[in-house]
Amino acid sequence: MSDWYQNLANSGVLGGLTRRLGLPQPAVLRRYSPGDPLLAGPALVGAAGKGALVSPVADVLRAAGVDVRVELGDERVAAVVLDATGALEPADLDQVRTVVGPALKRLLPSGRVLVLGRPPSQTERPAAAATQRALEGIVRSIGKESRAGATANLVEVAEGAEGALESTLRFFLSGRSAYVSGQRVRVSPADVTPPADWARPLDGRVAVVTGAARGIGAAIAETLSRDGATVVCVDIPAAGQALSTVANRIGGTALQLDITAADAPQRLVEYVTTRHRGADVVVHNAGITRDKLLANMDEGRWASVMAVNLESQLRIDEALLSTEGALGAGARIVCVSSMSGIAGNRGQTNYAASKAGVIGMVEAVAPTLTDRGATINAVAPGFIETEMTAAMPFGTREVGRRINSLSQGGLPVDVAETIAWLAQTASGGVNGQTVRVCGQSLLGA
Amino acid sequence: MPGTPRRAAVVGGNRIPFARSDGAYARASNQDMLTAALDGLVARFGLQGDRVGEVVAGAVLKHSRDFNLTREAVLGSTLSPWTPAYDVQQACGTGLQAVTLVANKIALGQAESGIAGGVDTTSDAPIAVNEKLRQALLAANRARSTGARLAALARIRPNQLVPEIPRNSEPRTGMSMGEHQAATALRWNISREAQDELTAASHRNLAAAYDRGFFDDLVTPYLGLTRDQNLRPDSTAEKLATLKPVFGTGENATMTAGNSTPLTDGASTVLLASDEWAAERGLPVLAHFVDAETAAVDYVHGEEGLLMAPAYAVPRMLARNGLTLQDFDFYEIHEAFASTVLSTLAAWEDPAFCKERLGLDAPLGAIDRSRLNVNGSSLAVGHPFAATGARIVATLAKMLAEKGSGRGLISICAAGGQGVVAILEAAK
Repeated sequence: MSDWYQNLANSGVLGGLTRRLGLPQPAVLRRYSPGDPLLAGPALVGAAGKGALVSPVADVLRAAGVDVRVELGDERVAAVVLDATGALEPADLDQVRTVVGPALKRLLPSGRVLVLGRPPSQTERPAAAATQRALEGIVRSIGKESRAGATANLVEVAEGAEGALESTLRFFLSGRSAYVSGQRVRVSPADVTPPADWARPLDGRVAVVTGAARGIGAAIAETLSRDGATVVCVDIPAAGQALSTVANRIGGTALQLDITAADAPQRLVEYVTTRHRGADVVVHNAGITRDKLLANMDEGRWASVMAVNLESQLRIDEALLSTEGALGAGARIVCVSSMSGIAGNRGQTNYAASKAGVIGMVEAVAPTLTDRGATINAVAPGFIETEMTAAMPFGTREVGRRINSLSQGGLPVDVAETIAWLAQTASGGVNGQTVRVCGQSLLGA
Repeated sequence: MPGTPRRAAVVGGNRIPFARSDGAYARASNQDMLTAALDGLVARFGLQGDRVGEVVAGAVLKHSRDFNLTREAVLGSTLSPWTPAYDVQQACGTGLQAVTLVANKIALGQAESGIAGGVDTTSDAPIAVNEKLRQALLAANRARSTGARLAALARIRPNQLVPEIPRNSEPRTGMSMGEHQAATALRWNISREAQDELTAASHRNLAAAYDRGFFDDLVTPYLGLTRDQNLRPDSTAEKLATLKPVFGTGENATMTAGNSTPLTDGASTVLLASDEWAAERGLPVLAHFVDAETAAVDYVHGEEGLLMAPAYAVPRMLARNGLTLQDFDFYEIHEAFASTVLSTLAAWEDPAFCKERLGLDAPLGAIDRSRLNVNGSSLAVGHPFAATGARIVATLAKMLAEKGSGRGLISICAAGGQGVVAILEAAK
């Protein structure tokens, strides 16, 4: 459903009134469509401390067609990339202020602030660890200060992971990360090959998406297909008509399957091995809510949410990982968690348990996948505009929309874009992480 | 250059749940339903934009505007618009005859792939103008002067405004199909209890098949219907025994609304191909189409029952293939009425019938009833006339694929005293 207030705030006379009254200003976000340049203007690349990544990052951006500047001029910029990997003393942090500060005033709409650091735990001295950890505080604060749809994110580039950085760099600078802000993502060393065409990074890959008949799942299927994947769209048999419509729209296939059935993992394995040469991407999106306060929660509500949201993922992954040929080389598993799994939510003990469980599962499985070049990650959507949120009471919905740095709800495609980035072969350096797609929501932050 | 005949493969099927007449699909046309069934098949097998060899389907109750029904459905579907299509019609044998036509072309190398199907609606039925009114209007159209035109129109009478509605009766006898079958049931002494037991089993088997997910890759929901509307999972022979007979007379009336198939709306499709075509696409081969036979009987002069033609078609097909009636793992005998199935089985067990009518030295014998319609059939599913053939072919092919071996027999009776039968064999 459309956001009436966003429309108002972006209209002429009344929009000006909302600004004078100091009301939230939900900007129309820059979102990716095929053919878009990576950035809508120049990018300023600077450093805090000894910036070893400045030159390779500038090279990558230039190759991607970005107008790279090393000094801020009079012109407005679309992004600021700050290499803070060399910031080892608290005093070095002042350069963040001097480089990023002035650029914020010159940021184009839906601008990007991207800070590159090192994982604090991998530094050798307490001062360096403190300095690196400080970056997180800076980035999260910039996210909250930003205007006009700008985002701020921190990428922790582990030593030796420079070569695995490009897909992540591209994601955070492009319109694909429109609703991702205030996040910290770690890139570890990985042997990755860039795609032949960055506009179709999933070419030749087979992706399985559960819960694909509608909402976020349908957006995921469409986005993966746009990026080149052949998509197996899975949903319960009762959703078959909508499912086949999605599959036909994107040239994929419809697989009617109740993922909680005892034989579901085996049927899915059989499907991907007979119809394809295994699955390259698996997106566990299917999920349900059965809300009740814990005091009133019945067994059925509890069990069904666990079965769909968590147990099915565990069983399917176990079957896929233990069957020869069920997963392609360099497989990517992406699980949909939720902000409720991080922050908790009144009336959602069952749902929050299942979604927090997903994060635990991702963290536990991730280290076991490095040998096979595979990864598993989660995305945690915040307030996303779907049929479910459209059915919320007005007040709840309006609060949900505004309590984040972008003052608006995200769209299903924002979740889908984040998943598509994690699904890329080139994102092999990102493993075991949970990325929030929440516009930097105040909940659980 | 076509070579020696090969066996066509059944790759899979798709149908929409069947709805009771004036039920969930009351406002859906034949074209809507056939298009939906095709789109579900396309989605299942990833055929978007593909040109398949041909699509063959038909409908029994058909509007005159639907002369190119199947081609129109193809154009409305996500198949390539370069896919040719044609309509066939052989009453309730339409669907299986369509499968046979496609399978034969594939066998001969004239096609690598094809879709067969059928659709029917008794809700969105064609209604024609009264015959006398039609004659008057045509005469007026032929008239060359205003005077002559007015004279022609002046012959129209109010009673001619009553429209012609399709009837479920045989044109040559004026008897309904149920009345015909009631006579056959009496001839073979089919009991009410046996009919009700067969009916209850059909509902029970269908419900169990749905519960175990058997139809997950055979049926795509449509217009809010996720299972066949006629299915009564809790049906029992005892409950069915309470229904009043609707066909036959007096004590001999055994056929009720329960053990007769209700009027139904729906559509079904089945994808056939050469083994090579399927392999190239990573698609499964569930079964192979072995043979088919069509028979007709003289029911007009009372020589044989209206729905008994399959009893003649099957032995001819068995002889040609060197098989006995017992050489099958599954029997799919279309349940037009419970008594149709039972009359056919009784005839095959009867030495006199088999000798005098079929010219056989010994009766075909009994079948293992535990192999009959094991996932339900028309009494529970419903029977949109032309849609039954592809439903049965896809269902049987999947049963054979699950078993991994063996063969299945299909028998479908049709109006006009006809019958179409076929053999499928599990893929090796």
